[in-house]
Amino acid sequence: MRRSTCARIGVALALIVISGAAPARADQQPADPLERLRALEQRVEELKQENDTLRSEIESLRHDFQATPVPAAAPESPEAATTPPVETEATPPPAEPVPAIAEVPAPEPTTIVSGAGGKNFLNLSLDGLVAAGTSTAKDIQALQVGGHDPTQRGFTVQNVETVLEGAVDPYLRGQANIVLQITPEGETSVELEEVYATTSSLPKGLQVKAGQFFTEFGRLNAQHPHSWDFVDQPLVNGRFFGPDGLRSVGARVSWLMPTNFYSEAFLAVQNSQGETASSFRGVPGETLFGREIQQREVASVSDLLITPHYAASFDLSDTETLLVGASAALGPNGTSDHGRTRIYGVDGFWKWKPTNAFRGFPFVKVQGEFMQRRASVGAVDSLAAATFRDRGGYLQVNWGYKAGRIVGLRFDRVSGDRGDPADDALAPRWRISPALTWFPTEFSKLRLQYNYDKRSPFQDDAHSLWLQLEFLLGAHAAHKF
Amino acid sequence: MRTTRVFFTIAATCMAAVLPANAALKVVGTTGEYSALASQIGGARVSVTTIAKPTEDPHFVDARPSQIVALNRADVLIEGGAELEVGWLPPLLDGSRNPKIAAGAPGRIVASQGIQLLDIPLAADRSQGDTHVAGNPHFMLDPLNAKIVAEHIARVFSALDPAGASLYRTNASAFEAALDAKMKQWTAALAPFNGRQIVTYHPTWRYFGRRFGLKADTFLEPKPGIPPSPPHLAKVMQKMQAENIRVLLVEPYQPRKTAEAVVARTGGVLVDVAQFPGALPGTPTYLDLIDTVVKRVAQALAAK
Repeated sequence: MRRSTCARIGVALALIVISGAAPARADQQPADPLERLRALEQRVEELKQENDTLRSEIESLRHDFQATPVPAAAPESPEAATTPPVETEATPPPAEPVPAIAEVPAPEPTTIVSGAGGKNFLNLSLDGLVAAGTSTAKDIQALQVGGHDPTQRGFTVQNVETVLEGAVDPYLRGQANIVLQITPEGETSVELEEVYATTSSLPKGLQVKAGQFFTEFGRLNAQHPHSWDFVDQPLVNGRFFGPDGLRSVGARVSWLMPTNFYSEAFLAVQNSQGETASSFRGVPGETLFGREIQQREVASVSDLLITPHYAASFDLSDTETLLVGASAALGPNGTSDHGRTRIYGVDGFWKWKPTNAFRGFPFVKVQGEFMQRRASVGAVDSLAAATFRDRGGYLQVNWGYKAGRIVGLRFDRVSGDRGDPADDALAPRWRISPALTWFPTEFSKLRLQYNYDKRSPFQDDAHSLWLQLEFLLGAHAAHKF
Repeated sequence: MRTTRVFFTIAATCMAAVLPANAALKVVGTTGEYSALASQIGGARVSVTTIAKPTEDPHFVDARPSQIVALNRADVLIEGGAELEVGWLPPLLDGSRNPKIAAGAPGRIVASQGIQLLDIPLAADRSQGDTHVAGNPHFMLDPLNAKIVAEHIARVFSALDPAGASLYRTNASAFEAALDAKMKQWTAALAPFNGRQIVTYHPTWRYFGRRFGLKADTFLEPKPGIPPSPPHLAKVMQKMQAENIRVLLVEPYQPRKTAEAVVARTGGVLVDVAQFPGALPGTPTYLDLIDTVVKRVAQALAAK
């Protein structure tokens, strides 16, 4: 055993000499002899220090060796202990000279890939979100405004999301979220929810994102359904952004401002048509404020969807963080050639979490968004030009009272459209939703939610009960604040 | 009142951030032990911030936006790298858009590089709990690993800030010398208990146990990251009584009630320990922390 230790120290010495010699050769040789001498002096000094380090290492090894005769507590291999980790780069020193002295074999020195990276060029995960439940409403599909909400008595596959994510090259990161659903009719539908690239190293705090992506409007719109705190989407999001949220193909630039608190400004330019831009050019044949949406082409940049957004965050104390934002979504609407829609919103999120939190619990989270929509519609047939306004918002509180257990309450409200002709889909309504969530681990959850829905005076109140299961396979989920 | 508080917080943050501008290197440590080492080696030439609080569960840290700002301005990021930070560091890095600390950049220190990790699973299988494919990430609790990391930090600091190279070298050597001296004391303090078993909540203390000849292989968690179940706890208590295991280590964030119940029923001793400097009173530095832990563990093992 003593001989093997000596051998290991020898190898370590040799490695150090080699690693020490290599950069010296690579150094450019200054022409001035005085400078060369100075460089040499410095080199000698460095070598002396390395020698000291090594000596202390040998000392500790010897000491270790004598003090701990227990095989399980055998010293680390000296290469690991003395080889400068930086210079080993991707190829760690060979483990070969380590003789098997311990009953527990020493593991191979591994090259650690940091961050989210694994051994593959992309991180792959699959998130399944299924629900079961019932409602007293006769028209559950009209009651539930979200495309990923449970929409029938019995079972609903809300969202099965495949996420592919990774670094494209040193300059870009790429992500694709491909969503599968099973419609109430039993058909499987595929949706390319998001696919985009973001820059990773632009200067001056800038970042560009391009592709198909959720518009960064407010807080909830850009989040995927599995990270929501409730089974379904807030009424205001469903009404203003459509069942699948506001998203489209385009580009976004954001600027992390040089302030001392978090302060970021975003500007997105995206296509303004399709069911994921329902307040804008939308889908011809559908209606907006009771007016039929026409085919409308893009004539200028102002016919695209423009979304400025600003977010700021403050750590109020060791345990409290506040995130606030303001957004606007501006674009054409399809009711006439000159129709325009403007949606303005403010959002806030406050979280308390003690400094000795375990598994992220306990916590209290308060989140709210308020939005206002203003749509100018042109004169069509017998209907005069008009401007319609409506607004809505939600406020929710979630209390993670002990590890893995959350109790939540959400209040939702949307105003009527005050438009002509009265659009039943835009009647005022409100909803209150208590929910209980249990995370057995961070990879799965069970949620039980009750909804009390109050709609127009002509419709019965609705009581709904939904049970939701989420499971996550693959790469570890990492969530933004 | 809240408004005034918010206002003062903003004002204070603005003023605070003006100060570290004259530091040669701005360093961010993901967890406290890396920050403690960085401060020790960098001295006044570096300004250091830490993402995780020393008393919170390092597996579950909020990706607070303020940390995006710190990372955006950082010259150096020190992370453990063995997936401990996988749940919260990636979104912060995405937001930081800072090429100086991008993967593979000179300013990115992956502390686990060059360290032999324990408990590397045979397969990536979450039915075995929240295992880390790279291995057990709590390697800094072996003081000899801290020496490797200190060397790593000193080299990176010197490369990025050559004017401070001699200071970094001196400080790193001083740290290592102090650690070697302490190591003798620690080994001596724990030598009488060679081969003894200890119970821990999570496999946090594997490296510590291995270094000091203690068997830290019994856990209140049935599998890493899985909460203790009554049958598993019963098994652990049975083992503790059968094999006369009396010492149970608990960290600031771990459920103390569960640990208390176990020692109450087995007649054991509960020892408050921590992985990160500052989490226990009087432990601002890494050496202080290990010193306190060793003393507490030795005292508990000695108790009859």
